[in-house]
Amino acid sequence: MVSLQDLQRINRFEWEIPQSYRPDMRVPVRIFATRQLLEQIKNDKSLEQATNAATLPGLVDRVVVMPDVHQGYGFPIGGVAATRLPHGIISPGAIGYDINCGVRLLASQIEFDAVKNHLSDLANTLNHLCPSGVGKKGHLRLKNVELEKVIRDGSQWTLQRGYATEADLRRTEEHGRLEGADPTMISKRAKDRGRPQLGTLGAGNHFIEVDVVDQVFHPQAAQVMGLITGHLVVMIHCGSRGFGHQICTDYVREFQSAVKRYSIQLPDRELVCAPLDSPEGQAYLGAMRGAANYAFANRQVLVHFARQAFEEALAGKVHNWHLHQVYDITHNMGKIETHEVDGVPVEVCVHRKGATRAFGPGFQELPAEYRSIGQPVLVPGSMGTASWVLVGTAESMQRSFGSSCHGAGRTMSRSKAKKLIWGEDLLKELQSRGIHIRAGSMAGLAEEAPQAYKDVDAVVETVHGAGIANKVARLRPVVVIKG
Amino acid sequence: MHPKSHFGFREIAHTADWELEVWAPDLGTLLVQAARGMYHLAEAKLSSHPRLNRKIEFSFQEPETLLIDFLTELIFLTESEGLAFDQYELQFKGNQLIALVSGAKLESISKEIKAATYHNLIIRESERGLIANIVFDV
Repeated sequence: MVSLQDLQRINRFEWEIPQSYRPDMRVPVRIFATRQLLEQIKNDKSLEQATNAATLPGLVDRVVVMPDVHQGYGFPIGGVAATRLPHGIISPGAIGYDINCGVRLLASQIEFDAVKNHLSDLANTLNHLCPSGVGKKGHLRLKNVELEKVIRDGSQWTLQRGYATEADLRRTEEHGRLEGADPTMISKRAKDRGRPQLGTLGAGNHFIEVDVVDQVFHPQAAQVMGLITGHLVVMIHCGSRGFGHQICTDYVREFQSAVKRYSIQLPDRELVCAPLDSPEGQAYLGAMRGAANYAFANRQVLVHFARQAFEEALAGKVHNWHLHQVYDITHNMGKIETHEVDGVPVEVCVHRKGATRAFGPGFQELPAEYRSIGQPVLVPGSMGTASWVLVGTAESMQRSFGSSCHGAGRTMSRSKAKKLIWGEDLLKELQSRGIHIRAGSMAGLAEEAPQAYKDVDAVVETVHGAGIANKVARLRPVVVIKG
Repeated sequence: MHPKSHFGFREIAHTADWELEVWAPDLGTLLVQAARGMYHLAEAKLSSHPRLNRKIEFSFQEPETLLIDFLTELIFLTESEGLAFDQYELQFKGNQLIALVSGAKLESISKEIKAATYHNLIIRESERGLIANIVFDV
């Protein structure tokens, strides 16, 4: 178990586990955290898992750990690792089962005060139109040929079918479509799971939230994004559903033998991987990109129904109920990017698991209007607490492979949360604070209680203080839809 | 279930996901206990009727992979057909397993299980027989 004595303090917000900590580590682990957050982080196996991740073949520079990190099932949630092309590895477990789980933010011209008496109706309509919960199927029924288009084209497919606007796609990471998705590398079983689930939220920590822009810290960036104090915004958090889960399952299974073929020694079987330039690595990359495209399309279809819900609930009550897209980001993904390592540009596969891309100003990959401010970084808090909008910085490019945090990060197990917190009590408490909750189950609600998470404000202050993202706006929830 | 029982399962605290410790005198019973533990954590409730049966065949090189394959199959059947099972008859023939499972459509289920993972998965022998710790992504 890694102890605080094993860490070297770099500065108030950065710590390092040196490569010498374990003989099999190929790179050091750099942790972004305050001392106070470290005290929480050390209580689970996050840092042990980060040192395991640091043994992966082909790593460059360092494994990065975000302040919202928590223990996962191999690679820590809140970890970033980059492997050098062409021979470095790709690891499905370092991306996660929910491939391209991500967050989308929509903004509006709707003043909270104008609609505060209609929020219950809005919550009911959102809950009705946006399918959520375990095993829930969507409104769409895709045939195989349509699913293959979703796999290849992602959000482009939703644009062709009238679920998206050009502006939505422009303000989505990768325009909502990763090149190189290969449906032939995806199993029938994954496709069977994916067909009925497009446009569904799922369960667990996935949600649709209506928030009020509570405070603006970066007026220029907020103006560019259309974030206005006192106005409503919508945040959607979900991923590739059973489709992505099955793809990851299939490749973690297949890579159990691939690591033997490539003589890769690992401390944990869930970290199985294959060289990027191997047939196995290329197959997974093609399948993973397909799942990513499915997830982009999934969130886009949910946007369509969220817009419909706003129209049904608020038309006639406000003049303009339109929701415009601020941005859509992924926080479980493997991306081929170029980063400077020891002063030299290197092409790498950046594994981000529970971590968000946070490119600084000037990158061509960003929509033109965001190139001067940096990429929006969307950080949902725990239920009932604040969420945040940040922007990436030039420093994030140098110190975290252009990455930042993705949320608050759990500190308490689900079983402990259920023992300590009664779902009905939590519901009443949140409602007394003016938050309208629609949840699939009270037990599920208790598991996601704010007490089970770190303080998202402390997480955000850390990435801001460390310089890997800058604060733009703080959001306060008023409606939460959970599966 | 009490850890001193001949076979059983119990939840181990995990920050984000589920960890299940499972023990049994033999591999077949271990698989059954893992399935029962998984459905228990998911709070799966079966309809009283009609009863539905499935025959599932596995080939395996090592027991850990079989354990994950078995659970993965059950997760798939839960999501794709809304089924869960409470009776199991397992027949081993060399490195083949034929599982005859009986259950019903789900009346309700509280949790979505994304996957059964290989995280630190080792089936080990102990005084209690075989023990495994399985982490589920939820």
